[in-house]
Amino acid sequence: MSALLHVDAVTVDYGGFKALDGFSLDLAQGETRVVIGPNGAGKSTLCDTIIGRVRPTHGAIRFMGEDISRLSEPAIVARGICRKFQAPGVLPSLTVQDNMALAARTDRRWWKALSHGIPAAERAFVAETLDRVGLAARAGTPAGELSHGEKQWLEIGMVLATRAQVILLDEPTAGMGPAETRATAELVRELGTSRTVLVIDHDMSFVEQLEAPVTVMHQGRLLASGTLDEVRADREVAAVYLGHTA
Amino acid sequence: MPDFLQSRGFSRTLPLVLFALAAAIPFGLSDYDTNLVARFLAMGIVALGIVLTWGHGGILSLGQGVFFGLGGYAIAMHIKLADLAEGEIPDFMQWSGRTALPFWWEPFHSPVFALAAALVGPALVAALFAWAVFHRRVSGTYFALITQALALAFATLIISRQDVTGGFNGLTNFTSIFGFLFAGPGMASALYWITLGALALSWLGLRWLLGSRFGTVLRAARDGENRVRFLGYDPVPFKVAAFALAAMLSGLGGALFTLNAGVISPALIGVAPSIEMVVWVAIGGRTSLGGAIFGALAVNLARDAISSSFPEGWLYVMGALFILVVTLFPQGLAGLLSSRSGKRGENPA
Ligand SMILES: Nc1ncnc2c1ncn2[C@@H]1O[C@H](COP(=O)(O)OP(=O)(O)OP(=O)(O)O)[C@@H](O)[C@H]1O
Ligand SMILES: [Mg+2]
Repeated sequence: MSALLHVDAVTVDYGGFKALDGFSLDLAQGETRVVIGPNGAGKSTLCDTIIGRVRPTHGAIRFMGEDISRLSEPAIVARGICRKFQAPGVLPSLTVQDNMALAARTDRRWWKALSHGIPAAERAFVAETLDRVGLAARAGTPAGELSHGEKQWLEIGMVLATRAQVILLDEPTAGMGPAETRATAELVRELGTSRTVLVIDHDMSFVEQLEAPVTVMHQGRLLASGTLDEVRADREVAAVYLGHTA
Repeated sequence: MPDFLQSRGFSRTLPLVLFALAAAIPFGLSDYDTNLVARFLAMGIVALGIVLTWGHGGILSLGQGVFFGLGGYAIAMHIKLADLAEGEIPDFMQWSGRTALPFWWEPFHSPVFALAAALVGPALVAALFAWAVFHRRVSGTYFALITQALALAFATLIISRQDVTGGFNGLTNFTSIFGFLFAGPGMASALYWITLGALALSWLGLRWLLGSRFGTVLRAARDGENRVRFLGYDPVPFKVAAFALAAMLSGLGGALFTLNAGVISPALIGVAPSIEMVVWVAIGGRTSLGGAIFGALAVNLARDAISSSFPEGWLYVMGALFILVVTLFPQGLAGLLSSRSGKRGENPA
């Protein structure tokens, strides 16, 4: 089985400190994968490297067999990879609908933006995506006025709206209560039926609800992988978690 | 605030009423005062450009005077040449001992070239400059500093090449443009209406642009350039286009100012005037087109009143005004109005 996304022995070196240290990960088409690990394990750096925010010092990121680790950020998005940031990255002065429409645009060249409104071909898609993340009623609100959980949903929706095949969700439930977390788990599971999803989270109840294979990172390296129960039973994992976050 | 001030109909008719009032000014004021207002309206066009780049694009330029100057000098060079008899060279060149016209003055014999140069010249220079800088992901503060250095360099260059630029005195003593005498009857009114028309068209055009998807992406890049990149956009061309258009408006304003004032000189385009242009917009409200026009008019009127009776004081007054507005009302006077009326979001009008 060839992987859709192949993180191949990637090292990210911040002046001697290795945030990723020869880390490898394969994502098969249609797979949902959870990545956990203590603070500073390198989870966000992994996302940064995949989307081109950070360039690997060694190693490569292969998407559909092609090395994408030197492409520009927009070019990587155009290939079909998009990420939700850990700190919600919605655009505060734009309305919820404008945020979504911005993400949903298929032609992003500047001269194609010289007209008003959402192009007819994208209107239904924007409305549908807003509906999917439960924000249809908030369409006209400036995104800056949303609650924290709503911002998270909006950003998840925006990532979806780019029509990306591979979706990276960095701590999608941060700041959410149990009910919101459940709804988010539901949404992510539903996404998993049509897209390839990588989810990072600290909330174990959320991870449980995803029922997906888990990869544990520590100090930029792979520590363990398997089902949630398997990694929970792992002595090294327990030691790392007790040592860092207990 | 009374309800009617917030109604949609009112916000649609207000610009029309103001335009009609402004159009009547030449009938009510003397030629001298009409001409004064025309200069301020030309400044308003520059301010509109700053709303586009700074207010909506987050690109603070402290060098708009350069583009203002390019527009002004382009038109002034044509006027100087048009006033000459066959084979003559402009007066200031003779005084500096030159005997021949520099080759790069030659094309300005053509009125079409001069007009095009006044608009396309600044846009082209700005686009090349912005493209080079934005591609290197230079931060906003550095961008502002670089543009300021540009303004300093441009003014210094003009002063130092007296023989081909007119030096510190600039280009002045205009006789006629396109065959019309500047001192002729009705000329002040005609130039006033042309300037007002250009301002109105610029306002309409920018209103359209800021309301378009282009405006949305520009504001998005202002608030989260990285977010926009990771949604698959390259923000650079959006910012370059906005900056180039603002430069074009600055050039247009400069050309119209020069026609109305009868002079363009380094004192009008250097560092201090460039900063002053930003101050008009900061005071009027950096995201509001109407606010910026108002800011340009109000500050220039105040300047005119204050500096005639108290010439040394103007810079202090302006500095104080700027600090006051930026610290107390970051959205300027327009922000003050819209927060009073409880409006949300940004109103580009
Ligand atoms: N630009 C940078 N320069 C230097 N060090 C960095 C940089 N970015 C991240 N790091 C370091 O790299 C390590 C991994 O950071 P990263 O954000 O990937 O961790 P994480 O697993 O996402 O943690 P968290 O759970 O807290 O979000 C941390 O020790 C962090 O301090
Ligand atoms: Mg992180």
